Order: sequence, then structure tokens, then C-alpha cells
Amino acid sequence: MDNIGIISYGAYIPRLRIKTEDIARAWGKDPETISKGLNILEKTVPHCDQDVATISVEAARAAINRINIDPQDIGAIYVGSESHPYAVKPTGTIVGEAILATPILHVADYEFACKAGTAAIQTCMSLVKSDMIKYGMAIGADTSQAAPGDALEYAASAGGGAFIIGKENVIAEINDTCSYTTDTPDFWRREGRKYPAHGGRFTGTPAYFKHITNNANNLMEKMQTKPDDYNYAIFHQPNGKFPIRVAKMLGFSYDQIKQGLLCPYVGNTYSGATMIGLASVLDVAKPGERVFLTSYGSGAGSDAFDITITDQIKNIDKNKAPLLSDMIENKEYVDYTTYAKYRDLLILE
Amino acid sequence: MVDGAVPRFWREIPQRYNLIGNRCESCKTVYFPPMEACPKCRRKSLGKMKELKLSGKGEIVTYTIIHVGPENFENQTPYPIAIIKLKEGPHITAQIVDCDLKDVKIGKKVESTFRKIQQDGDIGAIYYGYKFKLTD
Amino acid sequence: MRDVAIIGVGITKFGELWDKSFRQLISEAGSKAILDSGVSGKDIDALYIGSMSAGRFVGQEHVGALVADASGFSHLHIPATRIEGACASGALAVRQGYLSIASGANDIVVVGGIEKMNDVGGTSATETLATAADQEWESFFGATFPGLYAMIAKRHMHEYGTTKEQLAQVAVKNHYNGSKNPNAQYRREIKLETVMNASPVAEPLGLFDCSPVSDGAASLILCAADKAKKYADKPIKIIGSGQGSDTLALHGRRDICTLDSTIHAAKMAYKNAKIKPGDVSLAEVHDCFTIAEICAIEDLGFVKKGEGGKAVEEKITTLDGRIPVNTSGGLKSKGHPVGATGVAQIVEIVEQLRGEAGDRQVKDVKIGLAHNVGGSGATCVVNIMEAM
Repeated sequence: MDNIGIISYGAYIPRLRIKTEDIARAWGKDPETISKGLNILEKTVPHCDQDVATISVEAARAAINRINIDPQDIGAIYVGSESHPYAVKPTGTIVGEAILATPILHVADYEFACKAGTAAIQTCMSLVKSDMIKYGMAIGADTSQAAPGDALEYAASAGGGAFIIGKENVIAEINDTCSYTTDTPDFWRREGRKYPAHGGRFTGTPAYFKHITNNANNLMEKMQTKPDDYNYAIFHQPNGKFPIRVAKMLGFSYDQIKQGLLCPYVGNTYSGATMIGLASVLDVAKPGERVFLTSYGSGAGSDAFDITITDQIKNIDKNKAPLLSDMIENKEYVDYTTYAKYRDLLILE
Repeated sequence: MVDGAVPRFWREIPQRYNLIGNRCESCKTVYFPPMEACPKCRRKSLGKMKELKLSGKGEIVTYTIIHVGPENFENQTPYPIAIIKLKEGPHITAQIVDCDLKDVKIGKKVESTFRKIQQDGDIGAIYYGYKFKLTD
Repeated sequence: MRDVAIIGVGITKFGELWDKSFRQLISEAGSKAILDSGVSGKDIDALYIGSMSAGRFVGQEHVGALVADASGFSHLHIPATRIEGACASGALAVRQGYLSIASGANDIVVVGGIEKMNDVGGTSATETLATAADQEWESFFGATFPGLYAMIAKRHMHEYGTTKEQLAQVAVKNHYNGSKNPNAQYRREIKLETVMNASPVAEPLGLFDCSPVSDGAASLILCAADKAKKYADKPIKIIGSGQGSDTLALHGRRDICTLDSTIHAAKMAYKNAKIKPGDVSLAEVHDCFTIAEICAIEDLGFVKKGEGGKAVEEKITTLDGRIPVNTSGGLKSKGHPVGATGVAQIVEIVEQLRGEAGDRQVKDVKIGLAHNVGGSGATCVVNIMEAM
């Protein structure tokens, strides 16, 4: 691949948080067992005036603020989410207007559970590689819902990341990408239903682990690399335990995944998960370092990327937008009742 | 068919999303929302009003904490609403977000952010626009 | 321009009047005024009605025709016009009636103000009142009507040191006056602590800083002054009338703490009347919220800008103060059926100038001023009256 990669990036997580122990208590469960079992301390909560459109716009604007491009040169925007504000009417057009990239623009919204954002990255790569567009923006964001009292409630959170893909002044070269896809019904949401359903333990071995390990191994074989060749690894993080286990299975160390493992502090931002994990790595990565990213989306599939950080990363102004570490620290806690009010769990007539 | 005033709110997207105002090229006064003609220069300004994107930076001139809110905002009370003087000159009325109520004070610097303003029930359109965050 | 006099007044009780409809209220006020004036129906040349939002409160527009009809005037086919300027609709109707006589177009007109706000729920009523503000750039973003006045109060407190207690004293004074007004919505005195500790609406304004939602109607019969003595023993002359406008949104004003529309309207009226603010004996001002009364006495020139709070504290505006303000109880205690208020204020001034104000009577009154505001100050009408 000729020098295609990320030319800028941005991320956003809402300010509000709820502690795992407060959710556990609401349902009469032991707080410590739950938070230790999932390795999640707290998760982000969107305020009632935040949704995937507002989060996507924040992440997109962060990416634009870090470099000097004319937003009119962005030729495509793809927003991946499983909680788009409208079932029909794209989030991408709202982002397009908000960053002044309209009207000469390709836009579509994507859905592939938690890997819709990385699918958007692949699409932008191909449009850039074929010279159909100069820059493309890929966004993955969610304000994911979980049925109250369900295990998913401890993790389902809100956040998103945006990546501008291009050929010029690339800060992180995407050396290659590959995907692994099967029809595996591990987690889904039927049309018209408010909350997703899942197959319990079926979401583990035949779903998350199978797709990530196969895809990761395929990419490393293609690239002729070993886990040791990478400084950072990012895996999809539906809880704080799965990524640690899959890293070990593949031969990656905890130190390699630490920087991109945000789930214990922010929860699972679904389509935003690996996106903000990558953003967190880019916040600190140095030229020459290599990054291995493998996303997972239920239904099921995985996208993997082999990335090398370039010298150009020194030339973008990272501080023109908030770093993930700053956003994680900037928080306000809510109790379960307030959380229920903001997340529309209370039935109002 | 939805009865909400969709065209009216669509027309104002440039203002609500990007604070697009305009400036009288005669006297350089900036207006938000944009004015058809400059009240100061009047007919001299016709054809001379140029579109301008405001920076979103400003300062709180006055504010209140709303405890009894309109129907569409009931979930958010109590919330602060303020009159903000934007850097370029015009004043604007907007909610202040992402802070403790007690941190809102006259004189504090603010910056615009993109949020959901309201929606037309569960069936109609969703309207996005500006709210402001404290920067100091 | 000819002189114009008020030869008759009529007013209903103000309050939650479940048994009275829109039509019943306005015909009651109108017939009281006509009886009071001594004119007969066929003497009336035209009808002017102030009503802010019959459309949203009772689902009815075309209010001029409706009122003429309900009042039994339809067979006379006289001109019937409805005037709207949010909460200033009443005084605007008075002014239009006044100008029509002053110009020579009419000799005798009926002016009415009416609002029936309780046929819809409280939330609807509040949202309708909010249409007095800038819908696109204030209400849309979450500003409520009390919120706008609360922002005026916050700035007034910041610039001039006005206190929440001074605001509360306006409410206490007006309730005291209202307790002496048989037509008032609230006829009980209230304590300062009650006002200070009331549940917050929009800080610093609490429940008792805000005028209520009300039903009610008021009416005047205006007549060319040179014919007035034919009908009335104690005609009251309108010696000055003024009107002003300003930006719809509060954020567009020159000075948030000043209603330039009041200053403009008052200046026009004082000039017409050839008097100075110090010549005014008593005033009915637009206290939709306590802060509004404080700004009003400043902007009308009774006290210096910024000293409104202190003036209330020093009891300058009580019934026996230097310049009694809102002897009727004001909007706060008398009630605020929006379109009726501007007319009702003048009914109070007329009764005071005639010496017919009962327990509220102020001694030695000569000149009375009525001040009616629309929205957060985008419209203002000032009328000044004197006994003939």
C-alpha cells in the first residue's frame, strides 16, 4: 500500500460517569464481585442532550482542529454506530454540515455492531487509494443501550473516535488491513426493539475469541510479523477481561495493550471502542512505533490493521483537542436514578 | 405527516451548527443571527452584508438557573441559561453545560459546543445546535 | 389632535374563573364600563380589543369580531379591531382607541382587554406566554419567560447590588395593596420570609416573584374630551400617551437592566403631558416579575438607574409613600390576564383619580401613570391621566 494512513484523529467521551458498584447495588448484586469480575470500575453516561451525532461531531471537530486542512477537501464521511439517533436519516450528514464539509461529499452510515467504525476506516482507505477522494473521515461512535439489569448494563457506555484518512502528511501509516467475517448470531437487536439480546456464554469462544484470533493471526502471517514486533496492541473491549485474555492467547503482553485498554474506566463504547483505544495510543505514540489493532463486531466479524507511526506525528498539534487521558479525568458521577432518567429507562407518559 | 416546523429549523442549520452570522462591510459590525441589512448603515449596507463564521468564544454577561423548564427541557432541570457576549460582538442566549451550577458566574469565559437542543417528540425531527462550556 | 377622556370603566374579578368563558368575561367588563359611562350602545363608534393569544388559550382568532358579537354590537356593524403586543396588548388597545379619537376619526370608543388563560393546562399557558419572547433565538434554546427576567435580575444585582430581599419586598407590598382590592386574584398579605423561601423558578426569582396565570377582563369608554361632561361627572383626561419598541430578544438590548422601550414611551408621554416624572402622583407599573417593577420605577424616571431596589426598601412606593406604585396590587397580586392588564391598570388609575378606590385610596392624587410592557421589554406603552 502506498503511504495511505491516518492524517489526523479525534475522540470524545461524555463527562458523566456511573460506577459499576452503583449499578450492581441497584440490582442487589455484590458490587465488588461484579466490578472485579468484569474489570470495569465505571462507565461513561451521555447526558440527555448528547447522542451519536453530538459525539461524532465532537470527535470529528477534534480531528480537524489538530491539522490544517480545508474541510471541503474531505470527500467522504462514514459514521458507524448501533445507536444512530435516527433509524433512517444518516448521522453522517449532520457531521458533514457541522464540519462544513458539505455538499460535495460521499456519506453513508454503517452498522456492524462494535466494528462499524473500523469498517468505515477500510472504506475510506479504498476511496483514498483509488484517488476517488483526497481525504476521508471514518467515525465510530455509540451511546449504546443495554437492558436494565442485564449483564451488559455494566459495560454499555458512550463515546466515539474519528480518523481522517489520506495520503499526504500521514501520521500513522496503515501498512495493511484484513477482515474475518462469518454469520454468527452472538449478539443482536431486532428492528423496533429498544435493547439488544445476546447468547450469553456463546459470545465468548465461538464469537469474540474465534474472530479476533483468526483475523489477527491472518494479518500477522500476511505481514510476516510476530506480536513482539509491535509496541502497542488494541483489541475490542466488551469488558476489561476479554482483551487481556485474547492478548495472552495471541502472544501479546499486558504492557502492549495497556495504553489502548480504556474499558475499565469508560466502559464499552461499542463502535467507539477500538477507535478511542487507537486514539489513546496516538496520544502518546512516537515515530517508528508499530501498532496492531483488531476490532470485533457481533454478527460477526473482525477488522485488523497493521500501523506504523511516522515522523509526521510530531507535526500535528495534539493539544488542539483533548487527549483521552484528560477526558477520562474530567468527570462527574451520577447515581443510578439520574442515570435511569438520562438513559430513558423510566417510562414517561 | 409530521406537523413540526421542519423547514423553519432546517433553514437555521448554518447558524445553529456553525454560528454563521454576517458582517456589514461598511462599518464592520458583526451580527448573529445574520441581518438582511445593517441597522446602523441601513441602505448603504444592502448587498454589502458578508457571511462570517463566528469563533464560538465569548463571556457570560448574565445568567440564571432554570428550575421550572419548558416541556422539552424538563429532563434537564435545573440548568443554567446565559446571555453571552461573543468575541466578535453579538450577544447570544444559550445553555451552559458540563459544569457544576455553582461554577456559572458573570464574567466567565465560554466556548461553544455541539449538542441536541430539542426534538419534536418521538416521531418528529431532532434539532441540534449550540450550547456553551466554561473554559476557565 | 383633540383631547381624549375616559368616561367609564369596568372590570371583572381576576383569578381562576372556571365558570366564566372568554365571551362572558369581556361582555361583563364591557357592560360595566358602558353603564358606568352613561353612553348608550348606539353612541359607540368603534371597538378596540387587546388580547395576546386567544388563538392559543381558547383556540380562537378573529377576536375583534368575536367581542363585538358577544357584547351585542354586531347589528351596529362598527369597526372592531384586535390589537396584539404580547403583555402590552391592553395598553396598545387603549392607545389605538385614544389615537382614533384624538385624530378626529371617532368620538366615542370602547376599549377592552381580555385573556382567558385557564382553559388550557399550566404547561401550555407557560409555553404560550413564552411566545412573547424570541421563539427562534431565546425560547428554542431553553430560555423561559421567567428565565429572561431572572437574567435581568442577576445583572441588576451584579451592577447595582440589588438584593433578593429588595425583590421580595415588591411582592410583599403588592400583596398588601391587593388585600384591599375586592377584584384581586390574591387578597392575602404575605410575609417576606415566604417570598424569600419560595421554591425557585429561575434564580433569583422564586414562585412569589412571579405574577400568576389568570382569567379576567377590563374595559374603558373613551370620549372626545369636549363631549365628556355630557356623559360623566368625573371624566378623566388622558394628558399624555407614548409607545416604544426595542429588540425582541433580551440579548439584543443596549443595556440588559434597562427597558429602553419604557424610556422612549415615557419620554413621549411626559412630553405630550408637559410634565416631569416628579409630577406623577401614583403609578400602575408592569410587575410581571418583581424585578420588572424595580426596573420600571427607574426607567420611568421616578428614581435613578440602579436605585430601584433601595427605593422599595425605603418604602418610597408604598400606599403612603412618596410615589405609590401598584396600589391595585399589581400584576403580582391583582393577577395578570395578559391582554386585560394594560386596561386594568388604567381602571385603577381612574378609580384613584375619581376618589373611588376604597381602602386603597391614596390622598391628594392629581396625576396617574400606567405602564404596560410586552415580553421582556420589546414593547412598552405609557399613558398619563389627570382628573378634568
